[in-house]
Amino acid sequence: MAMLEIKNVDKVYSSRGKPPVHAVRALDMAVTKGEIVALLGSSGCGKTSTLRMIAGFESVTSGAIALSQRRIDELPPAKRKVAMAFEGYSLYPPLTVRENIAFALKAQQLSRGEISRRVEAIARLVEIEDILDSFPRAISGGQQQRVSLARALVRDADLYLLDEPMGQLEPQLRAVLRGRIKGLLAERGMTAIFVTHDQTEASALADRIAVMEDGVLQQFASERELKNRPANLFVASFIGEPPMNLLETGVAPADGGFRLSVGSDIAFQIPGDTLDQAARRSLEQGNRVRVGIRPQKVAVGTGDVRVRVVSNQWLGDQSHVAGECAGHLLIAVTPNRIAARAGDVIPFALEPRHLHIFGADGTCIRHAEGG
Amino acid sequence: MDHSSLAGRIFRGVALALVLVFFMFPIVWILMMSFQTNEQILRIPPHILFEPTLSNYQALISGQLRTTAGNLEIPFMRNLMNSFVLSSAAVLLALLLGVPAAYAFARFKFRLGESIAFTLLSFRFAPPLLVLLPLSLYYQQLGLSDTYFGIVWVYQLIALPLILWIVRGYFEDISPDIEHAYRLAGHSWREAFTRIAVPLAGPGIAAAGLLSFIFCWNNFVFALILASADKQPVTVGALAFVTASGIQYGQIAAAIVLSVTPTLLLALYAQRYLVEGLSLGAVKG
Repeated sequence: MAMLEIKNVDKVYSSRGKPPVHAVRALDMAVTKGEIVALLGSSGCGKTSTLRMIAGFESVTSGAIALSQRRIDELPPAKRKVAMAFEGYSLYPPLTVRENIAFALKAQQLSRGEISRRVEAIARLVEIEDILDSFPRAISGGQQQRVSLARALVRDADLYLLDEPMGQLEPQLRAVLRGRIKGLLAERGMTAIFVTHDQTEASALADRIAVMEDGVLQQFASERELKNRPANLFVASFIGEPPMNLLETGVAPADGGFRLSVGSDIAFQIPGDTLDQAARRSLEQGNRVRVGIRPQKVAVGTGDVRVRVVSNQWLGDQSHVAGECAGHLLIAVTPNRIAARAGDVIPFALEPRHLHIFGADGTCIRHAEGG
Repeated sequence: MDHSSLAGRIFRGVALALVLVFFMFPIVWILMMSFQTNEQILRIPPHILFEPTLSNYQALISGQLRTTAGNLEIPFMRNLMNSFVLSSAAVLLALLLGVPAAYAFARFKFRLGESIAFTLLSFRFAPPLLVLLPLSLYYQQLGLSDTYFGIVWVYQLIALPLILWIVRGYFEDISPDIEHAYRLAGHSWREAFTRIAVPLAGPGIAAAGLLSFIFCWNNFVFALILASADKQPVTVGALAFVTASGIQYGQIAAAIVLSVTPTLLLALYAQRYLVEGLSLGAVKG
């Protein structure tokens, strides 16, 4: 059953003398109990606005938000049963770290022993036991962020909202905390939504990732699904490191299928039986489409696409080879060392079955075989 | 920290002394005048050394001014009391109205918000005399002239804009997310205002209150026009020392010393508090 339901929510910021800003458009999302969801997108894509609407600091322009079957978008923040860790930490300056964390628990009217037990436990989890009696101004940004995280996670709430929860932490600590927090959330069956622009963090922590761009939810699915079956051009190019190679191709019917070509250098024969009805119609109508192929699927050293090597980097466990062909830059990732230098001409293999094909409006009309 | 040469140190000492003398001289001179009789003050050339007398203070405190033309009643202590009552009441009222208003201007964008804030500020640069003529007519019709409330009200022209604009800045410096966090923890909007925003803006509120107290205390023209003798503050009351038989410099000096003392003490006390408050501050996340 859905814990959080966001139905057709719009957010428009209007200020006098300026055109209104449509920050979130027709957002529909359902989060099940115990699920961890990441809102992923670039700055200004509407992810923080969404979080703040759920918390109640921004009003909903239209639509409805329900949490555990209660409609909450008209309730004051205090009544929503939501806990939040803020991007700017927002600790109470006159209180010590311990008091900051215990603060909301006092409002919950727990016994003193229970409060201190919980504070100690969460402090151990995020490694801030030694600064419990310091004041916020005396500790570093990373420590403040962990305190802010602890203050949110220590509460009993229906939903936990985490705004860039680990942005300020050192990479090693971040990896450790990610694991622990995921463990804590899973163990208690806590439902959480966190905002991030870090794909690694989203993949590591979240069960499902909501990719947003320009106020529109592009795709809401597991990390694997986003990688293997991107809904559109944006998700395809946004998810994955290095990003997907994209080529614009001409379309011509051939041999019961279609021939997609970039100039005279690259051509793909797409058999008709790998396309569904809609995809076939789309290819018949459009004379140009975009195709994408993951760098990991590009084979180096074989194939019939001749590229001029632009750069070749060995990263310790994989090679990134960038090559230029017919004015397009293609990147290949292989686990082997490649002995090519910049300027060399080497073959790349781009197999038609590894191609994602995107229609004129950017939606994916055919996914690559096996992702 | 003393790593400069001897000459440098001497130069710095001399320069400091010069600046100090320059700024402190009028105050010291007035303090000295307040312990002299009119004759001693008007001696030419003036003497640094004199036989101090307390007669000026005596006259002020007893309210009896002895001049060559006879005895004169001056209600100086009453004036001092009036100054105190009027300024405190005006600042209190202005804080009560101004702090919530400042919060509203800092946190919410609403129609005409900026225009209202600016209109309030513009009271500060309208010449008071221009306002006073129509105001005194209205006050007479409303029965407000020569009442404490009437003067406290007109003092809002001085205190309210100051408090509003200074405190607004302090509220704007506090991250709204601190209040958001407090509200999410199960508290109402009102509690977030009184328990988080106001204490965090405390030093600013104190500074604004102090400044507007000083401005109210020093006001002359509003009280001159709108209040009669028994409700006038010291600024107006000091006019009584310009008598038919001459200007009573000694008493004026004593009156200045007495009227400056309360604000000076308040400023010194509040300064300590301000520094304390600011060092605790560190408001930004």
